[in-house]
Amino acid sequence: MSAHAQAPETVGGARRVGRLEPAALAGVMSRDVVIFKRYWKATTFSSVVQPTIYLLAFGLGFGTLLKQIDHVKTIEYIATGTVATAVLFSSAFPGMFNTFIRWQFQRTYDAMLAAPVDVEELITAEVLWISLRAGVYGLAPLLVGIAFGLEPDPGMLLVPFIGFLTGFGFAAFGVVIAAVAKTIDNFNYVTSAVLTPMFLVAGTFFPISTLPAGLRTIAQINPLYHCVQLVRDASLGALGTADLGHAAVLLGFAVVMWRIAIWQLGKRLID
Amino acid sequence: MDWKTDAAGTATAAISLRGVVKRYGPIVAVNGLDLEVPPGICFGLLGPNGAGKSTTMRMLTAQALADEGTIRVLGYELPRESKQSRLEMGVVPQLDNLDVELTCRQILTVFARLYRVPRAERTLAVERALQLANLLPRADTIVRELSGGMRRRLLVGRGLIHKPRLVLLDEPTVGLDPQVRQELWSLIDGLRASGVTVLMSTHYIEEAERLADVVAVMSQGKIVAQGTPPELVLAHAGEQVLEVYGPPAQLAEASEIVARNGWQSRRSGPALAIMRAETLDGEAPQGVRRPANLEDAFVALTGEEIE
Repeated sequence: MSAHAQAPETVGGARRVGRLEPAALAGVMSRDVVIFKRYWKATTFSSVVQPTIYLLAFGLGFGTLLKQIDHVKTIEYIATGTVATAVLFSSAFPGMFNTFIRWQFQRTYDAMLAAPVDVEELITAEVLWISLRAGVYGLAPLLVGIAFGLEPDPGMLLVPFIGFLTGFGFAAFGVVIAAVAKTIDNFNYVTSAVLTPMFLVAGTFFPISTLPAGLRTIAQINPLYHCVQLVRDASLGALGTADLGHAAVLLGFAVVMWRIAIWQLGKRLID
Repeated sequence: MDWKTDAAGTATAAISLRGVVKRYGPIVAVNGLDLEVPPGICFGLLGPNGAGKSTTMRMLTAQALADEGTIRVLGYELPRESKQSRLEMGVVPQLDNLDVELTCRQILTVFARLYRVPRAERTLAVERALQLANLLPRADTIVRELSGGMRRRLLVGRGLIHKPRLVLLDEPTVGLDPQVRQELWSLIDGLRASGVTVLMSTHYIEEAERLADVVAVMSQGKIVAQGTPPELVLAHAGEQVLEVYGPPAQLAEASEIVARNGWQSRRSGPALAIMRAETLDGEAPQGVRRPANLEDAFVALTGEEIE
């Protein structure tokens, strides 16, 4: 039952706890599941209605002007772009708000850290839960798109995994913001100055090739751009070697943000 | 109840702190604290607000890290093995940090998981905690709708879900009405009776006197005296206290006599209380003699009046 076979017996003969224990992650996530069961209708409603609105607005708006964007049918371009925005919003916002509220207002994290759970497990579990959800909800725009005439493709089955990987990075990014923000009002700066440009300058609704060179470089650093490319290539049956690069960027972003989140929030949870 | 017992427990201290210092910027919250809690007793950490009790409690769960000194809990070295020690102890915080959106049963189930209660025993552990907290009829009520007393009981049940052999109680009855306080006291007494080691911080003299086998008086970040309540009273306030009542002029006169003789005294509400009345000679003013109590000892030790 012990994570380290050679670990010495504990004083009381209790089991030995290891690092990043699945049981601890499951414990923290079980709370998220309880909360989710209560609010899933609202969450699901917004994650279906939002892409529907995007598709209708852009589809009816752009669609009449343009048959294609960047050599891709408008519906295909917009639906896959919307996947990325859905993933971004369903991961960065919970990362910011849930973390701040549970840490500062509800003191849930204080309660959990008095139990045999450490900061690394707590944050990993929270980020993991958000990114699982983001992966699943990232499918909603594709389903809505299919209802509007998007052609199903087996590659779309990869989208939840791409959404999960992207969501992990952005959820952890949200945790970092929650850790460094002095008040919840400061989130407004991040939302308007970081997240909004990020979701527009990522090839979501228009190709970055139309941008001036400087902005184009910035867009290429944007993890969401790599998410969009990957989702688009997977959904339209166009996966290639370049996509390995996109996946590597997303993986790197996720790992770096995860560690920064643990470091930054840990510093503030433990005095 | 079959609380976990510890074969080596009789020899090892449940909690041991040596020279612990904790600073917050320029403020020294804990200043060279030495503390030894033997297993199987209820140990009271008595001190006024700001004495460093809560900081000490946070250090015992490694939610605050000491700047100097060593801390061992249940034989584990902190902070390195703190997760292991937390697995084997329960914590009841002073601040209500219950999940207001969850029901009692849901909170207890989450914590049963966090405390690694095996799946097969989880339902039973939750039922037992509900019963302990006297919340069975409220099991499926959302915490937001519970009264203050119920919430405190739920906090206690949450900290005991895994039958810990050590329990930390940080100001367990602060802000509760007398009836709820009595309930909690009998619960804590029951824990001690079943062999669980209890470390309780409190600023209520009566609570320490009624529950604690050993009391450590904490002031300005360190322990200033330690012993059983009767020992502390005898050592720091004597057997008897002489209380002098009267108009201000008369009290001023009495104070002068006290000062001239170098007697120990304190203001006790409208009266002047003179310690060690059994040793006073004929010069003592007129007054009422009563047995010395822990409050007298506490004030003598800390120079601070508390409830």
